Amino acid sequence: MTEIKPDNSIDLHGELCPINFVKTKLVLEDMESGQVLEVFLDDGEPIRSVPRSIKEEGHQVIDVQKIGEVYRLLIRKA
Amino acid sequence: MDQFLEDKNTKINLAEMKSGGLIKQRQKDLFTVRLRVPGGRLSLVKMKKIVEVAEKYGADYVHLSVRQSVEIPYVNIKNIDNLRKELEEIGQKIASCGPRVRVPTACSGCEYNPNGLMDVQKWCLAIDEKFFGMPTDHHKFKISLSGCPIDCFRTTEADLGFQGQMEPKWNEETCVGCTLCAKACQEGAIVSDKDGKPVYDKSKCIYCADCIRVCPTESWMENRRGWAIRVGGKHGRHPLESFKVADLVSEDKTFEIIEKTVEWYKESGIGRERIGQTIRRLGVHKFKEDVLK
Repeated sequence: MTEIKPDNSIDLHGELCPINFVKTKLVLEDMESGQVLEVFLDDGEPIRSVPRSIKEEGHQVIDVQKIGEVYRLLIRKA
Repeated sequence: MDQFLEDKNTKINLAEMKSGGLIKQRQKDLFTVRLRVPGGRLSLVKMKKIVEVAEKYGADYVHLSVRQSVEIPYVNIKNIDNLRKELEEIGQKIASCGPRVRVPTACSGCEYNPNGLMDVQKWCLAIDEKFFGMPTDHHKFKISLSGCPIDCFRTTEADLGFQGQMEPKWNEETCVGCTLCAKACQEGAIVSDKDGKPVYDKSKCIYCADCIRVCPTESWMENRRGWAIRVGGKHGRHPLESFKVADLVSEDKTFEIIEKTVEWYKESGIGRERIGQTIRRLGVHKFKEDVLK
C-alpha cells in the first residue's frame, strides 16, 4: 500500500471507551468528506470497539498498524 | 356460589384468580397484581393506564420484577376484577402463575442494539401469543431470548432459552489483512497469519459476529443466522445452568422447538420437578434424541 498522508491526527493512548470513540467522532465532524484521520489507540477494548463504532457511523478504516503497544488507525471520513 | 364469592359490593371471580398473576401479600385482603409485559416492552399508552389504575387501586409506586413485569402492589381483593377490566380496555393483560408457560423475557434485540443478531422482540411477542399460560402439568416454564451470545437475558438460567447467532464467512479476495477481526474476536477463533489474513477455527467460534461488525472491507459477512438453543436452567434455591443443545437453528423452527420441548417435559417430567431436573435425570442425550433429532 502506498503511504497515505493523514489530514489530521489524534492520540487516544490511555483514553477509555467510549470517550476515545466520542473524541474520534468529534474530530471527524470537523473534517471534510474523503479526508483521512490518524488515530492512536490502546490494545484491548479500544482496538476491539472503536473500529467497529467508526464503521457503524459509516466511515472507513483504511489501514491498521501496530507500533509497539499502540495501534495506529487511518480512517477515511464518509 | 363456587364460581363467585358474593361480597357486599363486588364479585370476586375465583376462576379468574386461579389463572394467576395475583400474589397474596402479607397484609390481609391485599394482593400484588403482576402484569403481562412480554419482552419488557411497554407502550406509553399502557404505561399511562397502569399509572391510572395503580393510583386508583394500589399504592404510590409499582414494582419492576426481575422478569420484566410491572407489578401493582396493595390491591384489595375486591378491586381485582375492576382493575383487570380497566386494564383490558387498552389491551393490558395480567400475567400467570403456577405450572404453566410464563411470559417470555427478551432483550431489545437487533432493532437498535448494535450487538443484536435476531429479532427477539418480534419472537418474544409471537411466543407469548402462542404459548402463554400453556399447562406443563409439572412446574413453571420460563422462556427467555437474547439477541446475541452476550446473553443479557440469561438463557443459561431459563427452562428454555434462545440466543441469536450469526455464522461468518470470509472472502479472501477483498481482505486487506488489517488484523482487526483477530483483535475483535474474544474467543480466539480468529488469529492473523504473517500477512495479517485471518485463520478461522470454527470449533472456538460462538457466532457473535464481532468479526463481521469490525471488518472494514466487508470481507467477513453473514453466512447464516439462527438460534443457540439452551434447555434446563433455573434460578431459585437450587440454581441450575442450562445445557446448550444446538447451534444456529433456523428461526422457522422456533415454535416447533417450544412445542416439542414442553411436550417432552409433560411426558418425561415427574411431579413438581423443573425440566432441568428431568434432563439431568434422563440425560441431555435423551432430550436431544427425542426433541431435536
